[in-house]
Amino acid sequence: MNRYRILLPVVSLAVLLGLTFWMQPRAMSYFGVNLLFNLAVPIALATVAQMFIIMVNDIDLSIGAFVSLAACVTATWLNDAPLIGLLAMAALILAYAGMGAVIHALELPAIVVTLGMSFVWGGLALFLLPTPGGAAPEWLRAIMKVKPPLVPMAVVAALLIAGVTHLLVIRAGLGTVLRGVGGNPRALTRAGWNVMQLKALAYAGAGLFGVLAGMALVGLTTAADANIALRYTLLSIAGVILGGGEFTGGKVSPVGAVIGALTLTLAASFLSFMRLSPDWQIGAQGAILILVLTARLIFARRGETT
Amino acid sequence: MSGTETGPVVVELTNAAKHFGPVRALDGVSLRVHPGDCVGLVGHNGAGKSTLVNLVNGALAPTGGSVTFPGGTDGVRAVFQELSLCPNLTVAENLRVSHPGLTGLRWRRAARAEIGASLDRVFPDHGIDVDAPVDTLSIAQRQMVEIAIGFAPRAGQARLVILDEPTSALDAGIAEQLLAHVRRFCAAGGAVIFISHMMGEIFSVANRIVVLKDGRSVAERPAAEFTRQGLVDAMGHVVTAAAAAAARAAPGEIVIEAEGLNARRGEIVGLSGLAGHGQAAALARIYLARTSGWRTAGPSRSKQTANAVFVAGDRGRDGVFPLWSILRNVSISVLGRDARAGVVNRRAERTLAEDWRRRIGIRTDNLDNPLLSLSGGNQQKVLFARALASDAEVVIMDDPMRGVDVGTKQDVYAMIRAEAAKGRTFLWYSTETEEVCQCDRVFVFRNGTISAELTGADITEEKILEASFEMQDALPQVVPA
Repeated sequence: MNRYRILLPVVSLAVLLGLTFWMQPRAMSYFGVNLLFNLAVPIALATVAQMFIIMVNDIDLSIGAFVSLAACVTATWLNDAPLIGLLAMAALILAYAGMGAVIHALELPAIVVTLGMSFVWGGLALFLLPTPGGAAPEWLRAIMKVKPPLVPMAVVAALLIAGVTHLLVIRAGLGTVLRGVGGNPRALTRAGWNVMQLKALAYAGAGLFGVLAGMALVGLTTAADANIALRYTLLSIAGVILGGGEFTGGKVSPVGAVIGALTLTLAASFLSFMRLSPDWQIGAQGAILILVLTARLIFARRGETT
Repeated sequence: MSGTETGPVVVELTNAAKHFGPVRALDGVSLRVHPGDCVGLVGHNGAGKSTLVNLVNGALAPTGGSVTFPGGTDGVRAVFQELSLCPNLTVAENLRVSHPGLTGLRWRRAARAEIGASLDRVFPDHGIDVDAPVDTLSIAQRQMVEIAIGFAPRAGQARLVILDEPTSALDAGIAEQLLAHVRRFCAAGGAVIFISHMMGEIFSVANRIVVLKDGRSVAERPAAEFTRQGLVDAMGHVVTAAAAAAARAAPGEIVIEAEGLNARRGEIVGLSGLAGHGQAAALARIYLARTSGWRTAGPSRSKQTANAVFVAGDRGRDGVFPLWSILRNVSISVLGRDARAGVVNRRAERTLAEDWRRRIGIRTDNLDNPLLSLSGGNQQKVLFARALASDAEVVIMDDPMRGVDVGTKQDVYAMIRAEAAKGRTFLWYSTETEEVCQCDRVFVFRNGTISAELTGADITEEKILEASFEMQDALPQVVPA
């Protein structure tokens, strides 16, 4: 079962990539791959943010609005007055940590609190940027446009995100304890941990990656809009699950989550190559998701019986 | 291995008490544990063992008296009965959770070595892979891991290890390894508080035995001064007069035959034994088999199988609808029966609920009040009313008297008797011997199976205790059905 957990996302991505290259051989180039996966970078970061929340048995319905807000802050304050911009980003991360602490201390359902907070983030974003606009800081645009030799930036970035989060969540001691929060919070209380602090830390991690997603997005699009990333909420949840994570029990895979985000991005391009009308694309994306999850369930059942 | 009366003390409880509202879980217990002591702690369900463990472990603060650790609380560990490992983490990673001192880039290697060494020490030839996620291990292996974490050095040294029913999931050979380790550990100056329902184990490791009853310590003596029978006697109450021999209807044909027990029409059948030995699970399976199948589901849809209703003991989890009114909580079981063309018959609903309020004495002046405005005992009455108002022939009760006061209990007993006389069958799991004594027949559970069947005058506290505990030399006679 544990081998399948990472095997399945890898196979799904490979199959989809193979099909894409088969239909559109010209995509098989430095430029083509970069184009295919460009927009996957902010989605991968948002998916990792969602993973931090799912890791502690919660779910975040506000990540899309939060990434939008972070993008608006990036395109306005961070561009005009970098110091204020950085302070605002830090405040956003702290707000996320506070949200985690409140959810734990008052035993509120995360799904309700984050849904409510999504309107707060959305409102703040509209307040900052009532009409689409702003500008990306020059350095940020440069980072996102960098052209490393041999492999395109999007691939390098995905590898980097996967590697760093794997270290943070799977290898590091503190990340292990955080996964323990999802597994059995009572065991942690008994071992003397303050679960509220741990949850706040997990949410802070989500906030950090949410902010990074917003910045990466603006670096690519060079401007922002209050609704720029709303669809990230569902994409990030789907990415975590597609990558082998589970909604409860602290079973997550950071590498899988990044692969899941890449798969979802690729699915959209693949469907365009198939000349599917955009009206049908969301449904088709859902169908791909259901297909992969069914495959996973079958593997899991087989693992149980043998 | 002898606990002297003087010398260093690991933990000392002086008149320690813990009250939860009016419930006296622990009512003034004094206990002193020295290095090298192995204290056997025995008592019936609800005697206060778990509360005592939580006081020593620091999970609860005493409401009276004191708990002191002259040498500090370092090295005081508890291994709990319900498993407290993180199932998604590996064995080594679980050690990290209890051992925050494991830091640095190579913490994983250190954790593997430490937990592996501890497992080898306690359970030689354990065969557990320290890199396996805990949810891939068997229950016994998980318990072994938890015990090994309890005895692991963890940057210090274990000085007092509390073992709460550590062998309940282990087979005899593994349990013997643990007992041998406990003896070695105590000989080397460690202290252990050992809780078990297995008399043989207590006598095998403990040098001192403390008997708890109703939150008090009723006996504390060196183990050598106890006999098995003496220990069981010390735990039990003096049996009150047996249930009044009311005129009982002659039991009819067998209506339930499952899980190794059977019940006849008009019979009150008790399920007894220590809590968590499979009674509640057996009841749930019997109930679900009767009500949740596609073919047999729904009120009076099937003629062959008797309908069953369930009275929950754990109200919050599987009893009440907390947001609904009292009225609706009562009538939910009969909505389908009394409905007209699929629409709730409001008048019949109210008449029925008013009727049951009088009969069972629910203390409220308005049935439209929210259910949570009632006390716990009255909420329980609502659940009884819900079950008895239906036409079901079988009433399954999962420890239904929790939080019900003495007077009400007598009323409910009488009502159950009357309903049984009308031909209803009751399956009644209870942890209270007094309630079990109301039954016509009692099945005693141990380790998920029935260890004895008692009838009539044989239903006494002694017999139930005997059958509940592992007694190698005095197996109770099993009366064939």
